[in-house]
Amino acid sequence: MSPQTIPQQVITILLCTAATILTRFLPFLLFGRSDHVPPIITYLGKALPSAVFAMLVVYCLKNVSVTVSPFGIPELIGITATALMHLWKRNTLLSMFTGTLFYMLVIRFLF
Amino acid sequence: MYALSGHFRCMFHPFCRKICRMSLHPESVRLAAKDSIPVLTGYVLLGMAYGIFMNTSGFPWYYPVIMAIVIYGGSLEFVAVSLLLSRFAPLQTFLLAFMIQARHLFYGLAMLEKYHGAGTRKFYLIYALTDETFAVAGSRVLPDNINKYDYYFTLSLLDHCYWVTGAALGGIFGSFLPFDTTGLDFMMTAMFVVIFLDTWMREKSHLSSLIGFGASFLCLVLFGADGFIIPSMCVILCFLLVFRKTIAEKGGFE
Repeated sequence: MSPQTIPQQVITILLCTAATILTRFLPFLLFGRSDHVPPIITYLGKALPSAVFAMLVVYCLKNVSVTVSPFGIPELIGITATALMHLWKRNTLLSMFTGTLFYMLVIRFLF
Repeated sequence: MYALSGHFRCMFHPFCRKICRMSLHPESVRLAAKDSIPVLTGYVLLGMAYGIFMNTSGFPWYYPVIMAIVIYGGSLEFVAVSLLLSRFAPLQTFLLAFMIQARHLFYGLAMLEKYHGAGTRKFYLIYALTDETFAVAGSRVLPDNINKYDYYFTLSLLDHCYWVTGAALGGIFGSFLPFDTTGLDFMMTAMFVVIFLDTWMREKSHLSSLIGFGASFLCLVLFGADGFIIPSMCVILCFLLVFRKTIAEKGGFE
C-alpha cells in the first residue's frame, strides 16, 4: 500500500496531470495565438512525426536486453509478425493482435 | 403555457444558438468513430492492463478511473503507480512526469495548424492529445465533406472514453481474471510499429524516420533506458534543423 497520505497522493496525481497538460498546451501557447506560424515550425510539424514514431518504437523496446536471455527474440518475433501481417493485410487491429499473440505465445512456450 | 412558450423562445436565444452550433455533423462523427476503432481495442486493453496493475498494487477501483480521466497519458500513468508507492517527492514527480510526457510537445507542433480555429473545443482537443489520438488525427487526410473540428472532437472524446472504460474494467475486475495476461502490454509496441510502418510507406523520403531511429538508438546506448528520451528529442531536433533544406526538398515539405 502507498506510504503517502491521501493529500500527498492527490498532489502526486495533480503534478502528473499538470506536467501532462503543460507539455500538451505549451506549443499552442507559444505559437497558437498568431495566425501565421513561422515556416520553420510548419516544416517541423511535417518532418517530426515520422522521426517521433521511430523514437517511440525504440521507447517501447528500451528495456529489452540483447545480451541477457531471451536476447530480445520474443520482441523481434512479435515485431516481425506485426510488420508482416500489416504489409499483407494493412489492417491495424489485425496486425496488432497477431504481433501480440505471437509475443505472448513465444514468452510462454519458447522461453 | 407561459413556461412552454418561454422555453420555445429560448431556442432562439443567442446562448442556445451557441449550443445548437455545437451539435455535431453526423458524417464527421461516423468517420471519427470508424477511425477510432483501432484505438478502442488498444486503449481498452492497455487501460485494463493499467487498471489491473493499480488493482494488484492495492489501490481501490476509483484511483485508476480518476487518474485515467485527469492524467490521461498511458505510459505516465503506469509510472505514476510506482510514484504513488514510493516516498512523497513532489519535485521529482513533476520532472519525471514532464520528461515522460515531453514527446507531446512534438505532437502539439504537428497539430498547430490542424487545430487552428477550433474555438472553445480547442482546449479539450489539446488536453486530450495523446499518442494514439495524435497518430490518427495527425495522419488522417480528411475528405471535403467532413467537418474537421467535429471529427477531431469526436475522435478525442471517444479515445478518452475508451481509456477510462479500460481503466475502470481493469480496476474493478482485475482480481478475477481467469487467464495470465503477461505480455499483453506488447500491444503498445505493436501499435507503434504499425503506425510507424504506415508513415514509412506514405513518406517520399525516409530521412526523418531514419534520423528518428538513429538518434534514439544512439541515445539509448549512451544514456540508458531511463534517460534517453530528452537527449533523443534534442538530437532529432538538431538533425532536422541542420539538414532542413535536404529533408524538406526530398520529402516535399515545402
